[in-house]
Amino acid sequence: MSTRSLALAALVVLAVLHQDAWFWDDPTIVFGVLPIGLAWHAAFSVACAAVWFAVVKVAWPSDPHAPEAAR
Amino acid sequence: MIALGICVAYLIVLLAVGLSSNRWFRGTGEDWFLASHSIGPVLLLLSLFGTTMTAFALVGSTAKAYQLGIGTYGLMASWAGVVHPLMFLFVGVPLWHVGRRHGHVTQAQLFADRFQSPALRSLLPPLLVVLVLPYLLIGIQGAGLVVAPVTKGVWFDGAGVPPWLTGLVICGVVLTYVFLGGIRAAAWANAFQTTVFLVVAAITFVLLANALGGPAAALEATAAKRPELLVRSETIAPLHFLSYGLVGLSVGMFPHIFQHWLTARSDRTFQLSVVAHPLLVAAVWLPCVLIGVWAGGQLDLPLDQANKVLGIMVARFTTPVMGGVVTAGILAAIMSSLDSQFLCLGTLFTHDVVLRLRPDASDAEKIAWGRAFVVLVVAVTYALSLLSSRSVFDLGVWCFSGFAGLVPLVLATLYWRRATGPGAVASVLATAGTWLALFLSDPGAADTGEYLVLGVMPVTWIVLASATALVAVSLATAPPDDAVVERYLGAARS
Repeated sequence: MSTRSLALAALVVLAVLHQDAWFWDDPTIVFGVLPIGLAWHAAFSVACAAVWFAVVKVAWPSDPHAPEAAR
Repeated sequence: MIALGICVAYLIVLLAVGLSSNRWFRGTGEDWFLASHSIGPVLLLLSLFGTTMTAFALVGSTAKAYQLGIGTYGLMASWAGVVHPLMFLFVGVPLWHVGRRHGHVTQAQLFADRFQSPALRSLLPPLLVVLVLPYLLIGIQGAGLVVAPVTKGVWFDGAGVPPWLTGLVICGVVLTYVFLGGIRAAAWANAFQTTVFLVVAAITFVLLANALGGPAAALEATAAKRPELLVRSETIAPLHFLSYGLVGLSVGMFPHIFQHWLTARSDRTFQLSVVAHPLLVAAVWLPCVLIGVWAGGQLDLPLDQANKVLGIMVARFTTPVMGGVVTAGILAAIMSSLDSQFLCLGTLFTHDVVLRLRPDASDAEKIAWGRAFVVLVVAVTYALSLLSSRSVFDLGVWCFSGFAGLVPLVLATLYWRRATGPGAVASVLATAGTWLALFLSDPGAADTGEYLVLGVMPVTWIVLASATALVAVSLATAPPDDAVVERYLGAARS
């Protein structure tokens, strides 16, 4: 899978997870310190780092605009 | 007085760090403007992150959280974890390749050459300057808003250091090390400042949590006084929340970020930034949003004065010593953006105005012109900061929205072979026109400041207008020269 395809697929999944309708009006406090809507998004940030790590490791692009012979 | 002394000491150390990079200054234009493309992964990470963390991220986020609650984090910080690395990967890395291959220093040079359009070389620089100005303003204003309450009692009538003096001092400090060391000084200063404000953000969070009886007690106080801050259903609509994602695209067109990208030693220098950026954003925004939410349970500040929340919380709930340390950390975040922004405007003026009039200017002349324009920009911005009183967060979002509008242009530059010069010009004009029209129609209400157009952020319409103009005019005009396209996008695949 190319970098572009992998990153775009990740983008779609992350965008869906970002719209956490399921916690929109939930006032639950988790671990006694974080409203659940905020805790979800903090975890989301960590998940983003993991996703980008995978993209960097698996599909770092070569110069996409170099002449074929230079790639 | 203790807090003031700590802030002054911090500024002296910062000046020393910035000036110490001067020993590596090679005296060339390439070194002053691009650090001779020598910046490694850690310095690039700290520079990029430090430059994107501003008064918007500290003063602005706590203010917005005081107004809107926990949803503030999702509006910007968690979207930044997705969109910023996306821009680093799909715009930053290719632009690094293109910039190195063709020797470009500014965005206007790159776009004008790619699209063979002198009009772009004339249109883009003034628009970029206009869009950067609000970003500079929020930095200077934000510094004044934070220092004043923490230094209460040091000034004549028992007040804190007046904002006009704080603004003057930080402009002077930044101007000094940027003037002498260029972007290498800015990168070193950013690394120092980023380290400082990350550590201080953690300390601030712990100190305030303890002062309020612990995070649980602080949240209980908010739940009792302003429970709407702990959910999003009463303050933010889902479509509004979604549309904020477009604001983060702005990183793809910030001229100061573009300049930092070009300083990278290699394309792999970007990898650490792509991975670590979401975590560093969280490390700053999570404590700040929580502080704003906690403030909802502690303060009776009117919503239209929310810009003062961080300064008041620090002054009221920490000791003078820690107040000074925390304030220094906040200044670190603010100034780590100002230096790059001042410098990019000097670079823009030198390469997009001076060199067009005097193509044979020597390195010494280029540096002199760059420095002169930086001084002018600092003076104008300082003067404007004395007049403006808009919400820091909202001014920042307007700035970002304008740059986001230019992202279709950079994506077409890198990925769309059929994009034409007239299409690119139309995109720039559509961005400028839509942004100006919407900005002027914003009533600027400071109580919550959320200006929506048909239920979504104005950035949505700015990006849509820009992309539509780009595509429609490109398809209606003659295709570009294949040889030029091939120089930038490589040979077409059959």
